[in-house]
Amino acid sequence: MLKATRSHSTEIAGLLTARARWTVPEIAFWLVAFATIFVLPDRHLILTEIVIWALFALSLDLILGFAGIISLGHAAFFGFGAYAAGLLAKHGLIVEPVLALIVAGLASAVLGFFTSFLVLRGTDLTRLMVTLGVALLLRELANRFSDLTGGADGMQGIEIGPVLGRFDFDLYGHTAYVYSLIVLFVLFVIARRIVRSPFGLSLLAIKDNSLRAAAVGIPVNRRLVAIYTIAAGYAGVAGALLTQTTAFASLEGLAFERSADVLLVLIIGGAGYLYGGLIGAVIFRFAHDWMADITPQYWQFWIGLILVLIVLVGRERITGWTRPIRRLADRLGNWRPARPRALGASSREGGER
Amino acid sequence: MLTILFDGIAYGMLLFVLACGLSVTLGLMNFINLAHGAFAMAGGYIALYLVNHMGMPFALGLVAAFFSAAAIGALLERTLYVHVYNKSPLDQVLFTIGLVFMAVAAVNYTVGSTQQFITIPASLQGQIQVAGIGMSKYRLMIIAICGVITLLLQLALMRSRLGSQLRAAVDDQRVARGLGINVGAVFAGTFAIGSGLAGLGGALGAEILGLDPTFPLKYMIYFLIVVTIGGTSSITAPFMASILLGIADVAGKYYMPKLGAFVIYTVMIVVLILRPQGLFAPSRPR
Repeated sequence: MLKATRSHSTEIAGLLTARARWTVPEIAFWLVAFATIFVLPDRHLILTEIVIWALFALSLDLILGFAGIISLGHAAFFGFGAYAAGLLAKHGLIVEPVLALIVAGLASAVLGFFTSFLVLRGTDLTRLMVTLGVALLLRELANRFSDLTGGADGMQGIEIGPVLGRFDFDLYGHTAYVYSLIVLFVLFVIARRIVRSPFGLSLLAIKDNSLRAAAVGIPVNRRLVAIYTIAAGYAGVAGALLTQTTAFASLEGLAFERSADVLLVLIIGGAGYLYGGLIGAVIFRFAHDWMADITPQYWQFWIGLILVLIVLVGRERITGWTRPIRRLADRLGNWRPARPRALGASSREGGER
Repeated sequence: MLTILFDGIAYGMLLFVLACGLSVTLGLMNFINLAHGAFAMAGGYIALYLVNHMGMPFALGLVAAFFSAAAIGALLERTLYVHVYNKSPLDQVLFTIGLVFMAVAAVNYTVGSTQQFITIPASLQGQIQVAGIGMSKYRLMIIAICGVITLLLQLALMRSRLGSQLRAAVDDQRVARGLGINVGAVFAGTFAIGSGLAGLGGALGAEILGLDPTFPLKYMIYFLIVVTIGGTSSITAPFMASILLGIADVAGKYYMPKLGAFVIYTVMIVVLILRPQGLFAPSRPR
């Protein structure tokens, strides 16, 4: 009896390690991403923007793709982080960007923690209302306390110190890009670790059927609070990055349009496998440029049209183009010589419930 | 004090007419139609065009707003919405946000982004004094019209054939279908009426709420709050919720001009904490 349990737990642990293994396409993806630092030096400004969108979409993916929470107001945390970073820099509280980034992210996470209790209540509809309401509320606050935030004019006069005290932000955005990309990579690795862990699996179970998840002993509410807090922190870091790389923060960071855009970014790339937000950000940024070229003022119309078409055609079919890549990824992942399964090493992990 | 109450009631009734269609679509098809405000905006702009530019009488403009918004609603329901009913909430949200964005950009393109006002007839301007309370004639008319509509809706829902079919379908769609009720047709009809009412509300409210291309986005939260607080099981609950919200909002903006905009969010949060299932909803889980 005991032996059977043991072999089960090692099997589960083995599955988890297999899921967590880096595959060849993933490594290739990041090699390409870091190669752009040297290959496309004159595009660093736009690439920085893409990285920020990618991080923001990644944070939405954590709650939407892995916990099934639809948010209409994810920009709340993005904008909060942006203002936090702006205030820290403007008043010289924390001059060093990395530290300021962490503090801004933590501040957003705290906000996420407290609002998560409202989000937990009720159905999808209530969640839509709460997330939208929180974002609108913050925007209204930022607008009212204009002596602190600059109101509709945006926060001016932000000066960002050199990263780690050594690398100054330059006019061409080289420092900004390398800095943002490293932040994205580090946070991505952490997010990857989170969703591939037993904790991440329990989130998927909640997403599929929260009643059933509760029945097998998953503390549903606590898990949702945890992931919502983490995602809020991620969004806050994305917002703070925007402030630090542009030396500007504005009400736009809290706007409903931003919440809707990030949904679109994630949906283009496909939710629920972490790379969706990253790929979506690249496509979104270039589509944005292209549409803005045709009709500068009315590109929102095309965004709307894309959303409608995506739903009518079917999200599965749209993001289906990533499936061959993912399948290839799986195959390549399995193709590598299987690591011998350690017996005791990860059984504790597998045994956690 | 009483004037504020009066204004709040007028505002609340307006919100109810605007939002009641949404509560029906939600209750019946479990469909989250965030584009509901777009129909209101359509009605508002159509009435504005007819009254201001074609010289149509105001009352006729209101009627036209109702029927044109209902027609647009019916058309979109049959052509687009029908494909989305069985999709996930996420798809519904994406789809209707897409519609909102398209509507906003389209109106921005055709009419321009400035706020516009309907010319209301001289007989509706000014105030009258009743028992020492100054009442704006226009708001009095809103209360009258919305009151009549609410009564009619309540009667229609309780007495008419469509009403009982609708109630049956909301209660249990599968059984209703099994009894031979054509739920799709009932829904199309209700959707059209709901959109029409939104259009009428948009036309009526152009004076009070203002009319500009961002209307559907600006009032999305109000509609959501009305529906969430009120629930979808009857007409009276969203009605009460609308009135409550209207009074709270008007009083908040009057007494605390600096923080008045926060009152509705406070109401939302307090209600969520105290009664997550809705203020007037029966305690059974839906």
